[in-house]
Amino acid sequence: MNSPAGFQAAKPVLSIEGLSVSFDGFKAVDNLNLYVDRNEVHVVIGPNGAGKTTLLDLICGKTKATAGSIDFDGRELSKMREYDIVRAGVGRKFQNPSIYENLTVFENLEMSYPKGRKVFGALFFKRSAEVIARVEEVAAEIFLSELLDMQADLLSHGQKQWLEIGMLLMQDPALLMLDEPVAGMSVSERVQTAELLNRISQGRSVLVIEHDMEFVKSIAHRVTVLHQGTVLAEGSMEAVQSNPKVIEVYLGH
Amino acid sequence: MKNAYESLLGGKQGAIGLLVLAVLILVVFPLALDSFRLSMVGKYLTYAFVAVGLVLCWGYGGILSLGQGIFFGLGGYCMAMFLKLEASDPESTKIQSTPGIPDFMDWNQITELPMMWQPFHSFSFTLLAVLAVPTLLALVIGIAMFKRRVGDVYFSIVTQAIAAILTILIIGQQGLTGGVNGITDLRTLNGWDIRDDSSKLILYFVNAALLIGCVLLGRFVLTSKLGRLLMAMRDKEERVRFSGYDVASFKIFVFCLAAAFSAIGGAMFALQVGFMSPSFVGIVPSIEMVIFAAVGGRMSLLGAVYGTLLVSFGKTYFSESFPELWLYLMGGLFIVVVMYFPNGLAGLWESHGRKWLSRFALGNKVFGQSVVKARVMSPVKVATPQPSRELETTP
Amino acid sequence: MDVSLSEFGAIAIMQGFNGLSVFCVLLLMALGLAIIFGQMGVINMAHGEFLTVGAYTTYVISSLTLQYFPAMQPYYFFFAIIAAFVIAGALGWLVESLMISKLYHRPLDTLLATWGLSLVMQQAFRSIFGAREVGAEMPAWIMGSWAPSEAIDIPRNGLFVMGLTLLCTVTIFLMLYRSRWGLQVRATMQNRVMSRAVGINTKKVDRMTFALGCGVAGVAGAAFTTIGSTGPTAGSLYIVDTFLTVVFGGAASLVGTIASAFSIAQAQSLMEFFLSGSMAKVLTLSAVILILMVRPQGLFSSKVRK
Repeated sequence: MNSPAGFQAAKPVLSIEGLSVSFDGFKAVDNLNLYVDRNEVHVVIGPNGAGKTTLLDLICGKTKATAGSIDFDGRELSKMREYDIVRAGVGRKFQNPSIYENLTVFENLEMSYPKGRKVFGALFFKRSAEVIARVEEVAAEIFLSELLDMQADLLSHGQKQWLEIGMLLMQDPALLMLDEPVAGMSVSERVQTAELLNRISQGRSVLVIEHDMEFVKSIAHRVTVLHQGTVLAEGSMEAVQSNPKVIEVYLGH
Repeated sequence: MKNAYESLLGGKQGAIGLLVLAVLILVVFPLALDSFRLSMVGKYLTYAFVAVGLVLCWGYGGILSLGQGIFFGLGGYCMAMFLKLEASDPESTKIQSTPGIPDFMDWNQITELPMMWQPFHSFSFTLLAVLAVPTLLALVIGIAMFKRRVGDVYFSIVTQAIAAILTILIIGQQGLTGGVNGITDLRTLNGWDIRDDSSKLILYFVNAALLIGCVLLGRFVLTSKLGRLLMAMRDKEERVRFSGYDVASFKIFVFCLAAAFSAIGGAMFALQVGFMSPSFVGIVPSIEMVIFAAVGGRMSLLGAVYGTLLVSFGKTYFSESFPELWLYLMGGLFIVVVMYFPNGLAGLWESHGRKWLSRFALGNKVFGQSVVKARVMSPVKVATPQPSRELETTP
Repeated sequence: MDVSLSEFGAIAIMQGFNGLSVFCVLLLMALGLAIIFGQMGVINMAHGEFLTVGAYTTYVISSLTLQYFPAMQPYYFFFAIIAAFVIAGALGWLVESLMISKLYHRPLDTLLATWGLSLVMQQAFRSIFGAREVGAEMPAWIMGSWAPSEAIDIPRNGLFVMGLTLLCTVTIFLMLYRSRWGLQVRATMQNRVMSRAVGINTKKVDRMTFALGCGVAGVAGAAFTTIGSTGPTAGSLYIVDTFLTVVFGGAASLVGTIASAFSIAQAQSLMEFFLSGSMAKVLTLSAVILILMVRPQGLFSSKVRK
């Protein structure tokens, strides 16, 4: 079924066309088309093994595509190095919170500050007032203002998830990709995270993978359902939920 | 000014630690030891360059090179080649069938100085080569390995294999390298006799000063953002990569830096000991240098120096008195340190030594002053938060 | 060089066969290491010393039979192989439980600790057997050679070692890929937590795997005595080659290990004929390193979805 997408005024920020990747003959992603608009929170759902995480891997360059194109703001990502993709404005959060446990919250955030990324830049990097201000600003955003000097491994699981989102915000990416951002969070933390996502999607696009349908409902502008590496359905949450194909995939035969 | 104080000396604690080491090697040893023992310490201190480099690339960067002997050896050979050419002037080699070339070349029926040796007539070229040759090799190895994302363990094995290859090459090319005996009988540096006691003393001080310089440089690197990046990479390489960093370039940098340190050590070895041979290049010496760093503490630049001194003293003592026991001890040391004291002496000092020192000071009223110091010192770690944000944190 | 084509062919065959003997010892060593490194991810720098254990075991049994049961002399070698396997395996069991099991999450530290172990073992050999090299008395049937044509002369001990290697390889293959135990090993290596959840005693599997790897190194040691004499550092001379073999083949692949042992041994042996032995080694090792740069995951590893 084609998406009921209406007339799109602006060119999408991310256009994925004909994307495929296979591992030893197994097609994890198969001729996939996906578009993310500006200022859109786009959620990808689908059963286990549908190729959701592989899709993010392909966009951020962790996995190289066998075929197809990934166009981000006029640049072809599938040929670029991982760090160039990041520098072009794509941030990615991993499924398990991936933070630097031996460093403080402040240092974790500072690490993602987009200055001093080359060897000698890092060697002579100065912690200027500007950097401190930026870190404090982001920390406030991710509810960690009070914990800046805490070592990161002492944070709760949910706080670690936020910290990783904060690290991405430091880079001020045009496209933010989050792999299961509320996994392992309490109900109140989920509500806070939804609020956070709605706030930070102002002025950037967000691509989210999530299983928690309540959470998806509260954030998604558009939902894409993946199944066996291809798009099964796309549209608003309500449209997708009432789609018979989707129901079949989720509930089985 | 304050910044330099923090990043080079590591604040008050770091400054005290460095001062203790400097007093020990610059004042105590020269005063307390006879010239024979002192030149022995001088030799050990050249190994400490390698250990300090290993703290940077292994302790912080997580890159375990089992081939640091390569760089120590190359630095040493570069220096030895210059010294050998100076010792082989036509006058003192006139009994050879080809005067003016090193003796071992003459023994190998070589009649002309090989191309490779020509530039080593120049002292400034030699100084450049001591640093450049090993660093460039490290750069090539580093680019080849890290850009291709060869894993940690594979990297260790490959560096070990390269050490083996280089040793075989040096031994095999007798006419070019002096073979298994190495380059021996080095006498003068720009006409200055390096063998008598007074010049040995001067070389000892030069060596010690260079070592302290390397420790300072190491501190500067570790306290910079690059130091934190290294630690971050060691624990979460993917996260660093997907935060926009070219992970490989940082690994290459720290590996090259460690190689350059080792090379300085090698060159100073050739100057102080008066020879260089393949027995400092291969697998065994390379891994021995790792144990120096491991015993001292892989996360502590100063610890690496103490570890080197202690293990080397132990080696000399035991292999003279109980040669049978030495390998048991050395092997046991490897096992025990790695399994039970992964942070080495520096770790033990952090967890026990400091406490012991303050208790000792408490017991002796004479040292009342240092009690206060110790008390002030210990909470520094806990109470850093607010001020530390303004400054760089110190490892 | 003034050699006719047929002479050259004969030399090539004999040199190739020479390479096969090297290949066999290398393969037996590498098989043990491939099991330990490939399946468990443990770097055992003392692996060479387990070869030495096997070689000394063979030597001791040969001396004992010669002294007490001279009549058994022609057959002792079979007992020696079994004893080498059992003793090296038992020692491996011990090492795993005392040392390796405490270091599973620190691969680089395992490397250093096992290096320490190798130093201790080498000194122990030196204390027990002396620094001089010893050789096991070979049964008569293993000596001599087989000459299929006038120019070709193939030593019988080489053939024997080849047979032994073939037997070991097939056994290991069957054990890993056709037995329940092998299934448990492979399951544990792929997902330790899950394996434990389905009732596999992963600790026991680790210990067995390590012991088996060491046992195979012991057999390699027994085979080694037929082609060379044994000294305290006999095994350590092979360790770098063996590691490169395993890494080159793609750590988890048995077929890869066989192929890489074969190509490394043959390349070295053929080059030895044209160059000096040390240069042949330099070239082989350099080539392996260069190829590893092109394919860091080894020759025979498959692309996996992570």
